[in-house]
Amino acid sequence: MSAATAAVRPDTTPALASSPARMSHLKRLEAEAIHIFRETVAETENPVMLYSIGKDSSVLLHLALKAFAPGKLPFPLLHVDTTWKFKEMIAFRDSRAKELGLDLLVHTNQDGLARGVGPVSHGSEVHTDVMKTQALRQALDLHKFDAAFGGARRDEEASRAKERIVSLRTAQHRWDPKRQRAEPWHLYNLKKKRGESLRVFPLSNWTELDIWLYIEQENIPIVPLYFAAPRPVVEREGQLIMVDDERLPLNPGETPQEKVVRFRTLGCYPLTGAVESGAATLPEIIAETLAARTSERQGRVIDKDGAGAMERKKQEGYF
Amino acid sequence: MTIHQSKDAFQASGLAQDYATFLAAHQNKEVLRFIACGSVDDGKSTLIGRLLHDTKQIFDDQITALRRDSRKHGTQGQEMDLALLVDGLQAEREQGITIDVAYRFFSTDKRSFIVADTPGHEQYTRNMATGASTADVAVLLVDARQGLTRQTRRHALLVSMLGIRRVVLAVNKMDMIGWSQDRFAEIVKGFSDFSAGLNFAEVRAIPLSAKNGDNVVEPGVNTPWYVGGTLLSFLETVPVREEALNAPFRMAVQWVNRPNSEFRGYSGRIASGTVRPGDRVSVQPGGRTATVERIYTADGDLPEAGADLSVTLVLAEQIDASRGQVIAAEGAPLHTLDRLDARLFWAAETDLAPGASLLAKIGTSTVTATVEAIVSRIDPETGKPGPAERLSANDIADVRLSLDRPVAVDAYAANRETGSFILIDRESTDTAALGLVLAPRSEAAPAAVHREEAAASGGLLGSLKRLFGR
Repeated sequence: MSAATAAVRPDTTPALASSPARMSHLKRLEAEAIHIFRETVAETENPVMLYSIGKDSSVLLHLALKAFAPGKLPFPLLHVDTTWKFKEMIAFRDSRAKELGLDLLVHTNQDGLARGVGPVSHGSEVHTDVMKTQALRQALDLHKFDAAFGGARRDEEASRAKERIVSLRTAQHRWDPKRQRAEPWHLYNLKKKRGESLRVFPLSNWTELDIWLYIEQENIPIVPLYFAAPRPVVEREGQLIMVDDERLPLNPGETPQEKVVRFRTLGCYPLTGAVESGAATLPEIIAETLAARTSERQGRVIDKDGAGAMERKKQEGYF
Repeated sequence: MTIHQSKDAFQASGLAQDYATFLAAHQNKEVLRFIACGSVDDGKSTLIGRLLHDTKQIFDDQITALRRDSRKHGTQGQEMDLALLVDGLQAEREQGITIDVAYRFFSTDKRSFIVADTPGHEQYTRNMATGASTADVAVLLVDARQGLTRQTRRHALLVSMLGIRRVVLAVNKMDMIGWSQDRFAEIVKGFSDFSAGLNFAEVRAIPLSAKNGDNVVEPGVNTPWYVGGTLLSFLETVPVREEALNAPFRMAVQWVNRPNSEFRGYSGRIASGTVRPGDRVSVQPGGRTATVERIYTADGDLPEAGADLSVTLVLAEQIDASRGQVIAAEGAPLHTLDRLDARLFWAAETDLAPGASLLAKIGTSTVTATVEAIVSRIDPETGKPGPAERLSANDIADVRLSLDRPVAVDAYAANRETGSFILIDRESTDTAALGLVLAPRSEAAPAAVHREEAAASGGLLGSLKRLFGR
């Protein structure tokens, strides 16, 4: 996978900040994230990192490895597998886990699977609730994790702008906007009552552009789906949906078109819209991100399940 | 509504050639954190929306959503209501006010910016103190029609207490008073009289209209008499993090990294100052000294590291440091104290009375803190102390705390990172207060050789006092 990103890097060595006084924005973001990882590990009993395989997860993992180097990662990774992820995502996940010797846990909601819950048959709301939100709760309860790192950023969506870096969840995994704690300086309150747990977001202050610049600077492997390539897609309600396997039923008269597309965000394939783009290298992606006229989450069907959709999902325990 | 042309310097054409220059600029630019303070109607959300909009941070789909929302919730009639860009949570949207700290991001060719958007309503002091705690600059919003209000004074005093030294007095809604230079001058005069005692290093007054965009990102045509530059140009050039870099070296130990018998490192984020291999340091409380052998990072050892960087220090001597201790420049020790005089910003809904016992998280150290006395309540408008027996939500007060063991601290006035703490309610586990360490009454520290002993007996003494009622 490294080859995918390494091959497209022009031969440039970004000038390093020459003195501490000139510490760059990215270096500061990195240092902040590392600090958050270490604080959480020091003050919680059983942390876990939620690994969604996307670019933010790739950055998160990279930062976690840095935080504890030369030691090993002191917590496992958890992937909540809805069974509807792109095939390339799963292949990437398994190869990274092997390469880095990661302790990777994969959890699927077996009850939902038995009931045949999926995005096509049940729609995005039910699918996300059963296979993602409920599955996450099951996994956290099963392993008794008391803190879970996630890659959410405040710039992603309006209701996330007020999310804390360390966010308290009730024993039912609910987020209560009224019980969010003040988070002054760099002092994180990691205390909680029995049964309650924390969600910890080391990338809170990163923007989409920061993520891409950092991937470039650090040469972090990412799923090839982020790079433009010819892929079979169908257009539905203005979204380009990739036909990743035979489970996506085609409407009468609908045939997959091969288009040069890439993904700005990755999730369950029937719920993730591709964008038409020729950006096949990191520099091109960064250029496109800068010139972007459409925000990242537009490709996500679940954000549009009504006004305040994300806020409601968070209260219900969606990450 | 004024729509400015995109100033994107980056062209998709000639990509490879421009790329190195572009990356160097973006990867190495600095960040400025600022807080925007204002009352409900001062137009604060509109100002932040304006900054985001005019620096091209708003995408087409957001504009579409904004037009739809403006018709439903907006206060600007048929016009786009930029405030809706930053009013996030549904409940707030319905009430039409901001009720919590939100963080916004935008960037220009010169800097990245993190804005703490905090509510102006007086019962939300804790949110403003939180936003101010990490800010380099405060933007105080004033409605030109109202002039300085009690809120303006409260906000200025609060950001001053939280250690902000650079302030913008953003006189908004100038369009509503016909861009009157006299009125502007009157407001500026009033503010400079009031802020004389607030220890600000720089106050920049800017006449602007957030709604129309004058003097926010683009210069306004209505203020030929004003030559001070736009709000954005000030934010792009004001110095950042100078104090932290110039302060003595301090790093709280977060984590002892011991993967094998060959490696033992102390991980932490540098709170202030700089460190180099060969530097002599002392570990506090305790006062054991050592020499820095390596500054380890995952990217290789560093020849020097400064404030805000996360590193792992390897010491030449085999000394035992642990989480909660602070590694500091040898010649500049912290205070080792088991009683703190502190200023609290009380955030809990429950009252605080003397005798209360809470947890105090100070750096990476968590200790039990008992309120010995509430010394005085601070008037949020004048800063003057007055008597107080109990504290209730959003009170600011000076208290005396006794700790169950000594901690290494600086006065907040000398160091924001090592002079700050939070109090945690032991039952609810919620953050009950923000705390600033006041300069110790007696500056006399025990002699270095006795420090460890003194620290230990201080802790015991503290316990005995609590057992036997002081």
